[in-house]
Amino acid sequence: MLATLVRLTGDITLAEDSVQDAVVEALHRWPVDGVPANPGAWLTTVARNRALDVVRREAKRTKKEADAVLLDEMTTAFGERTTDSMVRDDLLRLVFTCCHPALAIEARVALALRILCGMSTVEIARVFLVSDTTMGQRISRAKKKIATAHIPYRVPADHELPDRVASVLVVVQAIVTAGHHAPEGRLDGRIDLAEEAIRLARLLHDLMPDEPECAGMLALALATHARRDARLDDDGELVLLPAQDRGRWRLDEIAEAETVLDAAMHRRRAGPYQLQAAIAILHDLARTYEETDWPQIAALYGVLEAHWPTPVVRVNRVVAVAEADGADAGLRLLDELDAAEVSSWHLYWSTRGELLSRTGRRAEARDAFDRALECAPNDSDRRFLERRRDELSR
Amino acid sequence: MPRYAALIYGDLADDSPIGAASRAEIHQEYFDFGDRAGAAGVLSGGAALQPPSAATTVRVRGGKGGEVVTTDGPFAETKEVLGGFYIIDAADLDEAIRWAAQIPGAWLGSVEVRPVVDFSGS
Repeated sequence: MLATLVRLTGDITLAEDSVQDAVVEALHRWPVDGVPANPGAWLTTVARNRALDVVRREAKRTKKEADAVLLDEMTTAFGERTTDSMVRDDLLRLVFTCCHPALAIEARVALALRILCGMSTVEIARVFLVSDTTMGQRISRAKKKIATAHIPYRVPADHELPDRVASVLVVVQAIVTAGHHAPEGRLDGRIDLAEEAIRLARLLHDLMPDEPECAGMLALALATHARRDARLDDDGELVLLPAQDRGRWRLDEIAEAETVLDAAMHRRRAGPYQLQAAIAILHDLARTYEETDWPQIAALYGVLEAHWPTPVVRVNRVVAVAEADGADAGLRLLDELDAAEVSSWHLYWSTRGELLSRTGRRAEARDAFDRALECAPNDSDRRFLERRRDELSR
Repeated sequence: MPRYAALIYGDLADDSPIGAASRAEIHQEYFDFGDRAGAAGVLSGGAALQPPSAATTVRVRGGKGGEVVTTDGPFAETKEVLGGFYIIDAADLDEAIRWAAQIPGAWLGSVEVRPVVDFSGS
């Protein structure tokens, strides 16, 4: 409904206000008059009329030609019947507007959660640990930029699609990451965000069934989220993959991830999200840590690194290679990394610490955990690293 | 006859020390200048720009025809200086970015795309 109103008015704020007014009116009228046969259509009509009133008043006040033209277009558009496929198109346009690469990633994330997932500004502020005012400003600044810079409300052309889909998926990825790595405090209570990410990934996969990377993102989010109950112990402490109780993994969600990814792979257009999903699913399918198919995972990371050589991918490949070929092989790869890129990243140092301790270099391992602690982003990670360091001191 | 570009700098933040009342006066001063310089025949163009918060910086990675990278916000390096400008008439930001990415400055440096204020309806 919101997406349709945005198309009709060309203005996200006006669309939101109109929808909100319609809901308020429903709260007053439905208890008295009874709920209408088609509540969705009732709300859309009321919201449309509200928007039309506002634009009509504005056109009268300013005598702007642009407003008169808009009013004309809106009146015509209001006459037509809204079909399901029109609603889908409206929603898809809204996705590309909210996730436009000319908006900062934090702004895209905030807009996506607010407009596409329908979270309130207060809820979003709470999960990102910023004040309501800060989040409110972030969202209104983003809306203002969309209006002032004329960020279009349309689906990109085919040749632009791969780039633009990537800038949408990076928003989902950021929401998943925010759900798993709280900047401070305890991790639990943020599971909601991972669920919002899955909802968004589902919506994108549904709107763009021909884009295998959308399927890859959904499979990745499902395959990772399936382990949520085993990721923290009863005290809220982080549990790493080897120690997780695999009986608490959600088998139905893992199966869904597999189905979604299999269908996408048939299109034979591999991409980073499909590869990461394949890796996550391989982990999910191992009944014990020892049974993990490390050679296969190391090979998938190899492909990922060849095309998308980010520090995260490189360090993860090191872990897989160390499991497949031994800690020394992992350490050799780790030494090849660019120190400037990874030296402030706690996972680089903790990986180094783990591998050093496996080769018996305890003192060096301890130093590495100390370095990791200097850059650990949240309490749960910090406590885990302290525990590992102290075990080495004994 | 030699030609010059007059580039206008100032504190554009909404909370800058200029009050709302004097803002209107300043606008009037700009209109007066425009009338004067226009009557003298020395003005061949000009525009008021939207604030930097509406800006998008466009860079092309890896030389001409490379990957187009857009970032929210204005251009912020100090070593590079303003070297020139174009006024582009485009349907929306996507079209403006497409053209901006073809300006050599986009791979030799950066191109900031800033919307022009539209005074036509007011």
